[in-house]
Parts: sequence; structure tokens; C-alpha cells
Amino acid sequence: MSVADQQADQHADRKKTQKKANLRTLRRLILISIGMFGFGFAMWPLYEIFCDVTGFGGRGVQEVTTEEIQHYDDQREITMRFDATVNSGLNWQFEAIDKAQTVQLGKLTVASYTSINMSDEPVIGHAVFNVAPPEASLYFVKTECFCFTEQLLLVGEQRDMPVTYYISPDLPADIESITLSYTFFKNIPATLAYNKTAKKEINNQPNPNNITTNDTRARGE
Amino acid sequence: MTTTTHEDHNEDHHDHDHKPQGFLNRWVFSTNHKDIGTLYLVFALLMFFIGGAMAMIIRAELFMPGMQLVQPEFFNQMTTVHALVMVFGAVMPAFVGFANWMIPLMIGAPDMALPRMNNWSFWILPFAFTMLVSTLFMDGGAPAGGWTLYPPLVLQTGDSFIFAMFAIHMLGISSIMGAINVIATILNMRAPGMSLLRMPLFVWTWLITAFLLIAVMPVLAGAVTMLITDRFFLTSFFNAAGGGDPVLFQHIFWFFGHPEVYIMILPAFGIISEIIPTFARKPLFGYTSMVYASASIAFLSFIVWAHHMFTVGMPLGAEIYFMFATMMISIPTGVKVFNWIATMWRGSMTFETPMLFALGFVVLFTIGGFSGLMLAIVPADFQYHDTYFVVAHFHYVLVTGSVFALMAGTYYWLPKWTGHMYNERLGKWHFWLSVVFVNVLFFPQHYLGLAGMPRRIPDYSPQFADFNMLSSIGGFAFGLTQLMFVYIVWKCVRGGEPATARVWEGARGLEWTVPSPAPFHTFETPPEIDDSMVAHGEHM
Repeated sequence: MSVADQQADQHADRKKTQKKANLRTLRRLILISIGMFGFGFAMWPLYEIFCDVTGFGGRGVQEVTTEEIQHYDDQREITMRFDATVNSGLNWQFEAIDKAQTVQLGKLTVASYTSINMSDEPVIGHAVFNVAPPEASLYFVKTECFCFTEQLLLVGEQRDMPVTYYISPDLPADIESITLSYTFFKNIPATLAYNKTAKKEINNQPNPNNITTNDTRARGE
Repeated sequence: MTTTTHEDHNEDHHDHDHKPQGFLNRWVFSTNHKDIGTLYLVFALLMFFIGGAMAMIIRAELFMPGMQLVQPEFFNQMTTVHALVMVFGAVMPAFVGFANWMIPLMIGAPDMALPRMNNWSFWILPFAFTMLVSTLFMDGGAPAGGWTLYPPLVLQTGDSFIFAMFAIHMLGISSIMGAINVIATILNMRAPGMSLLRMPLFVWTWLITAFLLIAVMPVLAGAVTMLITDRFFLTSFFNAAGGGDPVLFQHIFWFFGHPEVYIMILPAFGIISEIIPTFARKPLFGYTSMVYASASIAFLSFIVWAHHMFTVGMPLGAEIYFMFATMMISIPTGVKVFNWIATMWRGSMTFETPMLFALGFVVLFTIGGFSGLMLAIVPADFQYHDTYFVVAHFHYVLVTGSVFALMAGTYYWLPKWTGHMYNERLGKWHFWLSVVFVNVLFFPQHYLGLAGMPRRIPDYSPQFADFNMLSSIGGFAFGLTQLMFVYIVWKCVRGGEPATARVWEGARGLEWTVPSPAPFHTFETPPEIDDSMVAHGEHM
């Protein structure tokens, strides 16, 4: 074998091993890419966990029934502020009746909001809440809230919407005021479904009492 | 390296220089790293002018207060598409073009590791951008919610929404394939003797950039997919009414977005680190520290993303953490700047066009870095957020940073690519006009931002008028100056003084051992590397 042939052989060997290595690298890197695509989605549950731990996005708020209420005796008072927003897709007026309250920690308190349906059709709305500062939500306990259920308002109907809550006395001392904020959104699928069935009922047997929502107490007012 | 070896190379390649004949075979079906590199560079230049034209519309509207030329909706489309085109169409493909051309030449490889995929990753781009730019002509216009695609605003885009989203998906796939190719080439195709710590810094920064791309482009794809399902399949990832959270999108986007800004600057650092030693006629100061600094910057880029969104509201502890983590990036970046200066210290410097652009880069990028530090300060950021100060900051790092480095690199390697010297006198004019007008363009925007002018708004109150007019004049002049660049490159491709193999007196590195223009096939047999051929790094 001449020197040139040997060199050519070495060259061919080198090319072969390189090709193998390239394909191996390709496979590994494609796997990493797919993994990172999955990681993008994993950020959603991770964010949920983050919110649960920090109380971010109002996630720390506990919802309890009246039987579960704990009774405290604490003299500390803080300021509660109430904020109301309506999403641009919903033609309602929505306001906090109580703009601010001074509350004793651990004492069950009621705050009221009010809304009017300004549109020309019955609409089902749904309220989403948030608490500022975020960590305060961990000490916020609600027993009753209009945000627990869907809210149906007929054309021009006005309704007062109460929130019953207390603040746990474990609230850190540096928090002196808490803001509770609600945003009302239109529940588009529910509204569409309701208006469809309502039309059918009017055609068959006009009886508005058949209309049911989860919040019958408020409708009775 | 002696002249004889040059001639050997020449003879070696005479037999191999079979370029495919015909436009289709040569360019469309190309698997040659040099031709694909050229395609990337030409495409990037075209996108640079399309995106630039949009910038001209923006500056024309902002020339005077009040609505003058365009509708506010169209103005918002301009800011959005300008950013998408410049980021994904101009800067990123241009760097991939440099990688294609230079990495195999710099490490002594015959081609990229996966040539067929290389062809794919380029040819996706023209289709993706045709789709993206075509959204301007659709009902409801192009996306207008900003390049950051924040929901719920972006979900209100008209018919063009899905086209823009698919375009971004395609760009992502193209980038990932390009990155895989770069990594495979660098890890597997180096000539014997080209150990990792002897690689040119441009190769190093690109290796790190490619890992960043692999890590974050799929995350962007995930975010875009979630936007699509939120819009069309009633999921509620980012829809507050359905229990989602729009802030989550910002976290995912910036987890991609912050490494993305380093994807656009690390290869620039690499180019500058090649140019400064050449024209200072000294080896790069602190080569190893440069490598480690690049890797540190890449690592830090993953853990600072929330500094883009201080104002969404986050726990105080998180704000403090993201503030200090962000500031920490200035340490490895400072190492780089000081190393460049130390390289020039007592060097025999000459100031050819590539060196001028490199020096412009060092000074002006540092200004952009400092305004970035100001933005990192949480209490200050609440004031600066979404103002023209931010616009000034990222244009200093992107235009006088990335784009200046691209210009510098083009002038530096153009003789190697074309075999001709460019017109040095015109090159110097191009630099001086660019450097003056880019500052007239962007420097006043710092003041506008500090005075409270918001970004992405087509109208402004009269107290901002003077600085805006100044900025617009700078913008028009900077835009026109770039036509000179096209002219110079075109003239150089067509002819000019023949370039020698080494081109620059102080140039070191394997790419200068092949003749100019670089033959169609190079390093078919791996070169034997000796110390004189290695630009910097460890000696044997």
C-alpha cells in the first residue's frame, strides 16, 4: 500500500466516524429541543405551584363554609379597599358600594358590590378576583362571594353582590391595608346557551321562573 | 505559513472546484456551506432594508407631533413587524450566514456537519417571511400588539393572527436546525489539533449561542402554540376569564426573550474578538477569560428574565433577586470590554473599516450596556418602563451593537469571500456617516424616555417635538447611509483590487490560509495545524 493510499483510507475512516458522530449529535439535540418544547408547557403547572405558594394572583384566598369559620379575638385593625373593573366585552355597570372598610382581624365582615346589566339581552357574567399585596391573599378567608358562581342578569336588572370575609390574625404586621379587586367577564358560552334555551321556552311556554342560576338567593331580592 | 503551501492548496482545489451549474442547482438545492452562507447574508440584507423601510415610516410619523402620515393602527403594525423582521429576519439570519461561511473555514472542516439540513434551514426563511410580511395586506392588517405578542392584545389581531404565528413557528424551526448544525459541526468536524480551547472566539461564541437557541426557541414555540389554542380551541392558558393568567405568557416569553437578546449579541462579541487582534497586531488579551465570560453570560441569561416585567407586579423578594442577578451580567460583559481594550493597549493599531466599526461597537455597545444597568434598577425601571429610554437602550445594543458587528465582520471577511478588496475610502465614509447619524438617531431618545415619552404611540405631546425631529433626521440619514453599504458590497463582488490569501497584515487563523476568494471546496483533507495558524488560544 502506498502512502497516498494509506492517507486515503484514513481519510475515509475519518469521514465515516464523523458521519456517525454527526447523526448522534443530531439525535441528542433534537431530543433536547423536544424536551424544551415540553418545558414551555411545564411552565404552566410550575406557575400554578408558584402562585399557590406565594398567594400570587389571589391564589392564597381560602374559601370556607360557615361551619368552618374559626373565631378569633384580635384587636388589630387594618384597612380594606375594594376595587371593581368590567372587562370591555361585558356591558355592565359594576361598582363597589363599600370603597373602604376598617376591619378587625378575624372578624367576619360583609362588603357589597352592585351591578346592572346595561345591554339589551340577558347576560351571564363571571367575576375573577385578585388581592394586593399578593402575600396577603394567604391570610384572606371568604365564606361567601358572588365570584363563586355564575351571575345571570336580565336586561336592566340590578343586583347587590355581597362578599363575606375575614382576615386571619396571622397576617404579617407590615401589611396595613389590603385591596380586593374584582373583574367581571362575560361568560360567552354560558350566555349563548342561556339565550338559546330562553328563546325556546318563550316560544313554548313563557315562564321566566324556570330560569335558574346557582345564585337563587340574590335573585330573590 | 509559507507561500508554497498556499500554492499547494491552490492546486489541491483546482480539481475539486466543481460548482453545480445552473441557478437551481447552485442555489436552491445547495448544500455547500459557503453558498448557503451567502444566501443567508443576502437574505438578511434584504430583510434589513424591508425592516428599515418600516423604521423610516415610524420616524416619518414621529417627525412632528400630531397624526401626519399614517393611521394609528398602521403605525402599531409598523412597530410590531419592524421588530419581528429585524430580529428574526435580519440580525439572526445574518449571524447564521457568518457561521455558515466562517465556522468550517475556521476549524478546518470541509463543510457543515449536516449539509442537507443546512439547505432546509435556510429555505424555510423566505417562505416564513413572505407569510409574515403578507399579513400587512390582510383584513385587519398585520399583528399590531408589539413583537412581544402579549395576550390578550395579540389575540385581538385580525385574520393575520394565525399567519404570523405560523411564520414564527417556521422561523423557530429554521433557527433550531441551524443551531443543531453549528453544534454538530463544532463538536465533530474540527481538524486534528484544533482543540476546543484553540478555537477562534467567533466559533466559541457561536457554539454557546447555538446551545441558547436549542434551549429557548422551543419555549417560544410552546408559548406561540398556547396562544393559538387560546384563540382557536378555547383553552385558557392566558385568559383570565377562564382561570388563566396573561402574566404567565410574559414569563414564558421572556424566558425565551432574554436568552434571545444574547443570541443576537454573543456572535457579535465573537466577530469583534477576531477583528481587534488583527488590527492591533496583538493576540487577543485573556482568551480563556473571554470563553468563560461568554459561557457565564449565557448561563446568567436564563435566570434574569423577569427584569423585563418588573411593573406587572411581583413579590418584593423577586424584584430584588432579578435586579441583582441582572446587574451581575455586567461583570462578564465588563471582562470582555476590558479584554478588548487590553488587546489594543500598546498594539500597532491601524484603522481600516472593519476596525473602525469594531471600535464603534466597543464604545457604543458599552453605552447600551450602561443604559441596561439603569433599567435593571427596579425603582428606576418603574419610571423608565415602556418609554423611549427602553427604545434607546435596545437600539444601542442591537444597532450599534449587533448590526455594527455585522458590518465590521462583512468588511473584514468580504475580501476572503469575493477575492477583491472593497473600496476603503467609501468604507470609511460609510462608517463615519453611520456612527454620526446613528447617534443623532438614538441618543435623543434617551432624553425623550426620561422625560416620559411612551413607546409604541404614534402621537406625542409638543414638549417632545424637538428631540423627535432630531431623531427622525438622524434616522433618515442613517437609513440612506446604509445604501452605501449595498453599493460597496456590490462593487466588491463585481471587482476590485485582488485580495491576497491573508488579506490583512495581522490576520491569524485557518480561514486566512486558503486563497481569496475561498475556493468552493476547502479543507477536503484536514489541514495540519501549527501554532502560526491559530489565531489565539492555547499553544501546542
